[in-house]
Amino acid sequence: MPRKRMPSTRIVAALLALLAGIGAGLGAARAAPVDDALAHFAADKFPETDVGIDALVASGAPTAPAVLGALSDGRLFFDPGSRKVYVVDAAGTLDDAATGAKAADVTQGGLKKVRLNNAIRSKIAAAVGGLDLVSPDRTKRLAAADTAFAAHDAKARGAVEAALAKEEDPAIKAMLVQARAAIVAASGTGPEAERLDAIATLKARGDGDALNLVDQAGAAPDASPAVKAAAASAAAAIRFTLAVWQALQNAWYGLSLGSVLLLAAIGLAITFGVMGIINMAHGEMVMIGAYTTYVVQQALASSALGGASLLVAVPAAFLVAGAVGIAIERLIIRHLYGRPLETLLATWGVSLILQQLVRTVFGADNRPVAAPAFMAGSFHVGGLEITAGRMWIVVFTVGVFAALQIVLRATPFGLRMRAVTQNRRMASAMGISTGRIDALAFGLGSGIAGIAGVALSQIDNVSPNLGQSYIIDSFMVVVFGGVGNLWGTLVAALSLGVADKFLEPFAGAVLAKIAILVFIVLFIQKRPRGLFALRGRAVEA
Amino acid sequence: MPSQRILSGRGLVFLAVLVAAAVLVPVLSLAVPPASPFHLSAYAVTLVGKYLCYALLALALDLVWGYCGILSLGHGAFFALGGYAMGMYLMRQIGARGTYANPNLPDFMVFLNWHDLPVTWWGFSSFTYAMAMVLLVPGLLALVFGYFAFRSRVTGVYLSIITQALTYALLLAFFRNEMGFGGNNGLTDFKDILGFDIQSAGTRAALFSASCAALALGYVVAAAVTASKFGQVLVAIRDAESRTRFLGYRVETYKAAVFTLSAMMAGVAGALYVPQVGIINPGEFAPANSIEAVIWVAVGGRGTLVGAALGAVLVNWGKTFFTGVFPEYWLFLLGGLFVGVTLFLPQGILGLVDRLTAPRRPEPPAERPVAPDEQVLPAPVAE
Repeated sequence: MPRKRMPSTRIVAALLALLAGIGAGLGAARAAPVDDALAHFAADKFPETDVGIDALVASGAPTAPAVLGALSDGRLFFDPGSRKVYVVDAAGTLDDAATGAKAADVTQGGLKKVRLNNAIRSKIAAAVGGLDLVSPDRTKRLAAADTAFAAHDAKARGAVEAALAKEEDPAIKAMLVQARAAIVAASGTGPEAERLDAIATLKARGDGDALNLVDQAGAAPDASPAVKAAAASAAAAIRFTLAVWQALQNAWYGLSLGSVLLLAAIGLAITFGVMGIINMAHGEMVMIGAYTTYVVQQALASSALGGASLLVAVPAAFLVAGAVGIAIERLIIRHLYGRPLETLLATWGVSLILQQLVRTVFGADNRPVAAPAFMAGSFHVGGLEITAGRMWIVVFTVGVFAALQIVLRATPFGLRMRAVTQNRRMASAMGISTGRIDALAFGLGSGIAGIAGVALSQIDNVSPNLGQSYIIDSFMVVVFGGVGNLWGTLVAALSLGVADKFLEPFAGAVLAKIAILVFIVLFIQKRPRGLFALRGRAVEA
Repeated sequence: MPSQRILSGRGLVFLAVLVAAAVLVPVLSLAVPPASPFHLSAYAVTLVGKYLCYALLALALDLVWGYCGILSLGHGAFFALGGYAMGMYLMRQIGARGTYANPNLPDFMVFLNWHDLPVTWWGFSSFTYAMAMVLLVPGLLALVFGYFAFRSRVTGVYLSIITQALTYALLLAFFRNEMGFGGNNGLTDFKDILGFDIQSAGTRAALFSASCAALALGYVVAAAVTASKFGQVLVAIRDAESRTRFLGYRVETYKAAVFTLSAMMAGVAGALYVPQVGIINPGEFAPANSIEAVIWVAVGGRGTLVGAALGAVLVNWGKTFFTGVFPEYWLFLLGGLFVGVTLFLPQGILGLVDRLTAPRRPEPPAERPVAPDEQVLPAPVAE
């Protein structure tokens, strides 16, 4: 009968443990509690193993981390006869669990594995955390304090408080205080002052975990009205903080999307917005820029410049896409000035040709473009998570926008370009070669699209269809922002990006996009010339 | 201007060809034995029937672009909506013969674990209702969209871009399973139409003749519209929109009316297209399809109606040929067509024919003056 046998096995185990303890006591004074603890493992019962883990941690034995690690990996064995416990290390040799010494005379064949279940596994994790809390390694202590907070296991309280008494590092200390508060809040027991203190600590922490814990503290069956009120107000405060961070996170995503839109649209703002050319091949200029990045990366892969290939790719993409743009302008668009609908069709044809050309040369599948080290990874600012790649794209976009403004505002070329846009015949009469300016301006717009391709190659698939996915968005941005107005393009791109990301949580990505498109269509009905319409003479030109 | 004859000589030839095709093709396909060199395979009949549907779409587009200067880059949306209405009827005809043998729901709804037919599908068991929807859905969309766009004086490339955005938005929407139109896979596996097996040679020949008839009818309607006083106003709007407005015509009403008519014709084209190709999926909404339709019109000659139909058949025949023989080069050719036609053949093939056959006059015939509204980048004047 199992029921009846249980006590007897326990007695036997205890006796054996006692015997083992006596035996070991002859050797070393500290070995006794260790052997006592290890004897529990040999009992081959889950509750016994559970007790054994606590005892092992309490013993403070130097072999304890190794034993716990072995237990969680299933490398801890015991001899059913002698009730001794052994660790099998990676090489397959057996060590005595109590002393860590090689057990040369024992073979694994006669041993039984100490069994595990999920309760034991989580117990081990907590116990290892308890050990790590007092580890000499600072990062280990920090991680352990963090784990203790996340687990908020009431059994770990002693370990946390012991560690707190010893700890000197302020960051770890703060973490341990939070861990203790988490344990108090989760347990829902203890004196009122302690609970209030815990709630205040958690409120200061103010993240999602803290919110759960505060709710638990407030929901404890014996919580006093003061505790309940404090928990409710702390929960409200944390919810507010979280909502603010969530909004900021959405704003960041929106800013990031907006900068991508801006990057794709900014070249179009020159060709379409300033020059009035409908360039349906604009997306293909972006695609050419992305492929230039790929080619540059391949060419420099084995050279010393390999790490800086993106920096080389930026001017290369500008030149390649710009040259293609100038060729298109001189060969085709020049003959179609004043006929925007025909320009639209002809440039669409150009876009088909360019796509097929790239497909024929590079193949239809995606080309890999590696991200440089500085664009990998992510970091946290408060409750914000920021990926480095996205951040650099935002920075890059700002740089491109600023550079373009300088070119348009502060260079002779920019001056001539604006003059031609505003009054072509007058500019011509003043000695400006309007045809040359047209070609260069179109080249500038195309070159900037090429630069956009360098950035977009980092976040999108470099395939012949790359440009197609940006062309409609780009036109939407330029039309929404107002033709002929770079600042309008900036505002339009960022506001569309942010609006999209704020709609996404409610509506999903596709519906958000549809909503944005519908909004722009309606907006154009209301203000056919965009957010920032040009006024005055420029309109007549 | 005196009102014109509705049917020119060229138009009569066009109608005669269509009538002859409608009669001859079924005979050649069904009555002539397969061994005969005059026999037409069901594949060929369907292929040409498909071209005729494209021709009707091109005709619809020419009506708005060639005669009213509205370059719609979203006519594929009306075509696809008509196609979906027909596809829904065909889906309902499958009944319990689907994979899941559910008599009440199409397969994809069973797959999505739906239990009731969505409201949008009610009534599509009836052919009459489905045909009404083929006209009404594209028509209503075009009316609402056109009314708002034209009232706000969205013209030129702006209009082109927002029509493109329209079809793009529909593309995204129809990809969603939740819309209840089959999502990514669209509607397919059709069994029969009006009780006739959709795969049989007889049905295919009948669908071909129906396409001929629809194209002929569409042509007559479009020719009548353009020859009427209404059509004269459309041309006036194309050539000088502001002047027409100042003369007291309600430009937006005219534009919205012709846009709606054109969308309904496109819807009919789509409805005839779907049973012949056997599938309708969201890909038909792709903006590229709508732009391709524009090049059919441009190749044939805009503002000629017959030319639009001719261009559609020619370009698509070329597409079938080249994608079969040199699949690599078709896009080069299509792209080159866009560039070449706009640069060297602005009046299309029929315009070239006219110029070559025109009797020599002392003065060379003046090219159609570029419309003032096209000369400048759209300056829709705010009030």
